[in-house]
Amino acid sequence: MIRTLPNSRTYAISFKLYILLYFVFLFAPLLVTCVLAFNDSQFPSLPWKGFTLDWFTADLPNRVGIFHDQINLDSIAVSFRVAFFVTLLSVVVGTCGAFLFEQEEFRFKQLLYFLMLAPLVIPGVILGISVLLFSNTLGTYFEQHWNLDIALFRPSFWLVVLGQFSFIATLVTLVVSARLKKFDRTLEEAAMNLGANRFEAIWHVTLKYLRPAIIGAGAVAFLMSFENFNTTLFLVGSEATLPINLYLQVRDGSTPVINAISFLLIMGTSLIALANLYFSRKVE
Amino acid sequence: MKSRKRWGLFFFLTPVLLWLFLLIVLPQIDMLIMSFRAENDSGQMIWSLTNYISFFDDPIYWLTFVRTAVYSILVTCLTFVIAFPVAFFITKVVSPKFQGFFLVLLLVPFWVSEMVRVYGWMILLRESGVLNHFLIKLGLLHQPVEMLYRDATMVLGLVYTMMLFMVVPLTSVLESLDNSLIEAAYDLGGNMWTILFKIIIPHATPGIVSGSIVVFMLTLGDYLTPNLMGGKNSLWFTEQIYNQFIASFNWNQGSAFGFLLLALSSLVVWLGLKLSRQELSKVVQ
Repeated sequence: MIRTLPNSRTYAISFKLYILLYFVFLFAPLLVTCVLAFNDSQFPSLPWKGFTLDWFTADLPNRVGIFHDQINLDSIAVSFRVAFFVTLLSVVVGTCGAFLFEQEEFRFKQLLYFLMLAPLVIPGVILGISVLLFSNTLGTYFEQHWNLDIALFRPSFWLVVLGQFSFIATLVTLVVSARLKKFDRTLEEAAMNLGANRFEAIWHVTLKYLRPAIIGAGAVAFLMSFENFNTTLFLVGSEATLPINLYLQVRDGSTPVINAISFLLIMGTSLIALANLYFSRKVE
Repeated sequence: MKSRKRWGLFFFLTPVLLWLFLLIVLPQIDMLIMSFRAENDSGQMIWSLTNYISFFDDPIYWLTFVRTAVYSILVTCLTFVIAFPVAFFITKVVSPKFQGFFLVLLLVPFWVSEMVRVYGWMILLRESGVLNHFLIKLGLLHQPVEMLYRDATMVLGLVYTMMLFMVVPLTSVLESLDNSLIEAAYDLGGNMWTILFKIIIPHATPGIVSGSIVVFMLTLGDYLTPNLMGGKNSLWFTEQIYNQFIASFNWNQGSAFGFLLLALSSLVVWLGLKLSRQELSKVVQ
C-alpha cells in the first residue's frame, strides 16, 4: 500500500507501469515538438529527413528560421513587454494586498477579501470580455461628454496588460500573504521603537523578509502573463502577443518554425521554473 | 499614532480598491447591464430580455451550453481519476529520495504555454502526425486516421491541460496524511479498498474539492484547447461567446452568454463548496 508496508509484486509493478505511462503521456507532446524542430522537412511531421538548424537560422526564400522571422520576433517582443508590465503591476499591487489583508483591520474586510479571490473563479474568457466591455463603455462616455478620445480604452497593449493583471494580482497577493503570515511582527515593532516610522520599518525589515516570496510570485506572474491566451484573446489590438500569434498560425496550417519557437519556449520556461523551484527550496 | 495608522491603511487600500473595482466589479456589472439591453425595431437601445430569450429559443445555444457543462464535468472526473494515483505514488509510495525529483518532473511541463502543449498534441495526432506514422510503420494501420477534431481528442487535450491544477492540491493534501493512520488500518486488517475509502479519500477531500473546482472552472472557460483540438464541430460555449463578440459584433448577446457562463461556473463552485462543507478562502490555499 505505502512504502512502509509490505506490497504485493503485482501491486508494485503495475503501479510503476502506470506512473511510467503517465510520464510518457506528460512528455510525449513536448518531446515530439522539440524533436521535429530539427527535422530537415517542410512540414512538422515524420519521416525523419536529417538534422538541420534551418528552422532557427535560415533566411532562404522557402525557409525562414525564427531568428529572421520578423512577425514572430515582434510578437515575442510584445509578449516580453506585456509580461514585464504585468509582473511589475501585480507585484506592487499584490504586495499591497498582502499587507492590507494581513496587517490592517477595517470594515468590510471579509467582503473585500472575498472580492480579491473572485478572479480565481471567474473564467478567463469572462474577465476578457468584461474588461473589453467596460473599457468600451468608458471610452464612449469620455468621447461623448468631454470629446476625448483615449487610446487606452480600445483593444491595445495596455488593455492586455490590465486584463492579465486583474487576475494575476490575486495570485501574487496569495503567495506574498502566505509568507507574511509567518512574519514575526515584533521585528517591525522593534524597528519602530528604534525610531523608524511604519514605512521605514516595512521597507528595511518586512520587505527584506518577503523578498523570496515576492521574487517567486514575480516569476510565476511573468510566466502566467507570457503564456496567457484566453483573457488576451479579447483585448488584443494590433500588437499580437506570442500565444495569439501562434494560434493564428496553427489555425491556418503549420510550419516547423512553430516547433522552433516552441523549443525555445520549452527551454526558457523550464529554466525559469527550475530556477524558481531551486530558490524556493533553498529558502525553506 | 492613530492618524499614521490610518495613513498606512489608506496607502495599502487604494491600489487594491482601484484594482478590484475598476477591473473586476464594475466590468462585471457592466456586462450584466449590457446583457439586458437590446435594439428595438427603430434601432434604439432599450431594456429587454431578448438576449436571454434567444438563448433558450435557439437549440444550438443552449445545447452547446449543456454540452460544455457535461463535458467539463467529465473532464474534471477523468482528471481526478488519472491524477490521484500519481499524487499518491509521489507522496506515499516512492522512496523519499526521489520525491523532489518526481515533483519537479511533474510540474515542469505545465510551465510551458498551453498553446505549445496543444500544438504538441496536434502534431502527434493529426492525419499526417507522428502517431499515425508509427502505427503504419508497425503495420497496425493501413491508412492514416484523422485522430484530431473528435470529442474524445478534445477531452484528452483538456485533461492534459488541466492536470496540474488537480495534481498540486492532491499532492499537498496527501503529504499531510500521517502514514501511521494507514499502517494502523492495515494492522487492523483493512484491505486496500477500505483503507482508500475510509481513510485516504476522507482525508483528501479538501484537496479533491479545490482541485475539482479549479479544473471545472478552467475547463468551462477554456477557448484554446476545444477550438484547436475539437475542430469546427467542437461547439464549446466560449466559442459562441467569441463569435458574438468578434464575428457578429453583437456585444449584448455576447454579454448575456458571458453572464450565463459565469452563473454556471459560480453555481458549480458554490455547490462544490456546500456539498463538501468547505470555504472558498480555505480551498484556494
